[in-house]
Amino acid sequence: MKINWFKYSAPMSFYPLAGKLIPLFWIAAIVFILGGLYWGFFKTADVLNDQKQYYRIIYVHVSSAWMAMWLYVVMVFWAMLGLIFNTRLSYMLASATAITGTVMTIIALATGAIWGKTSWGTYWDWDPKLTTFLILLFVYIGYIALQSAIDDVRRSDKASALLALVGLALVPIIYYAVNCPDPTECASLHQESSLKRVESNILIGMLVTTIGFWMYCFATTLMRARIIVLERERSTTWVSNLPEIKDSEVEIKS
Amino acid sequence: MMSSNFGIILKRDLLLALRRRSEIFTVLFFFIVVISLFPLGVGTEEKILQQMAPGVVWISALLASTLALDRLFSADYEDGTLEKIVLAPSSLSVSVFAKILAHWLLTGLPLVLISPLVGLFYHLPMHSVFIMMLVLLIGTPVLSMLGAIAAALTLGLRGGGVLVSLLVLPLYIPVLVYGAGAISTSMLVGVSIEPYILLLLAFSILSVVFSPWVTAAALKISLE
Repeated sequence: MKINWFKYSAPMSFYPLAGKLIPLFWIAAIVFILGGLYWGFFKTADVLNDQKQYYRIIYVHVSSAWMAMWLYVVMVFWAMLGLIFNTRLSYMLASATAITGTVMTIIALATGAIWGKTSWGTYWDWDPKLTTFLILLFVYIGYIALQSAIDDVRRSDKASALLALVGLALVPIIYYAVNCPDPTECASLHQESSLKRVESNILIGMLVTTIGFWMYCFATTLMRARIIVLERERSTTWVSNLPEIKDSEVEIKS
Repeated sequence: MMSSNFGIILKRDLLLALRRRSEIFTVLFFFIVVISLFPLGVGTEEKILQQMAPGVVWISALLASTLALDRLFSADYEDGTLEKIVLAPSSLSVSVFAKILAHWLLTGLPLVLISPLVGLFYHLPMHSVFIMMLVLLIGTPVLSMLGAIAAALTLGLRGGGVLVSLLVLPLYIPVLVYGAGAISTSMLVGVSIEPYILLLLAFSILSVVFSPWVTAAALKISLE
């Protein structure tokens, strides 16, 4: 059987599909996040003394940090597909992903600051990972700023896609620059991330919450993409024939 | 064909700038003013100044080169020359490279040449002043190269100047880190600055190879 991969690249067929998927992703997000947090809070061995309980912010912190980085890759993927195939929907998905990615970066920075206050005694330090995330936030904001500064939709899509690509090439270099400002030695407050050393119950809680965050990202990205589709395709007949649009027009008239 | 195109654009841009010399001096004096404001803000103690000088000189150079980016393509865009260059049968990346090179000669190189003044203001040892000139010479082309991409993407937009800074300043971080690092390290005894120089050279070469190509793509998007 031959699958037509391009079928859902048309906004007209994507819109109803996304509409059907969004509730599923929301349910999955709620189930996984609550399940992961429950496991993390109540099923982990209580060997630590009370003072160390603050580590439990890890479930939100690590999940949002992983999503923040992953969504940048997703955004660049859609931007690249857009540049290669010139499909409108790819650009719409890229810009929808950017906003969720920014939100995830902010959550990671905020929870990190709270965790840092309790364990390092400071909300902020110029630690490589903190600095990298701050720069990631700047890059996301630059992308969104460029996109909203250009009125012409085609140009704004392509220009911001190119910027996202340049960012992808430079982010690793920036990462190593802040990670190792002195090439002769490297130091960091964050301990080296090593999933192997994490206790298995904590790891389960963390991974399940991450899946929940991922589902949340799917849900919000698709919701934003649907709004962008409506905005850009508002002059087409299929949009004006949508039941929700028709109903709202009737409401306005009456 | 390609090389002659390169030469023509380079010569034209330099000639145009020499006819309106004030533009070169504006960037240069901006740099000098920023440099001399820092000691007034943080105090004039010799030790503090020496410690700050590497960061201050690089941040002033980043700001000066960002401000100058606005002029890289905008004049040609407004009078239609840029469209002619894009439509010309020769390689656009080569023409763009010539424009960026001319831009660096007019805004980057003067900063390198004036930088000993920083050494004077901030009481730097002679040895560090030479290192500073060297790293500025290697590093400022990267600023022009990366900046050209942002300038091409924001061509003709309202409020383009601020947007360019927002896009490009985060990308300048590696140059800032290693450029300032080299100058700070040069003031220590017995530490080699070779790793810094080599890394900066690598950035410089990478940006010279890739930036004209990306800038050409960005120009095509903006002029579509």
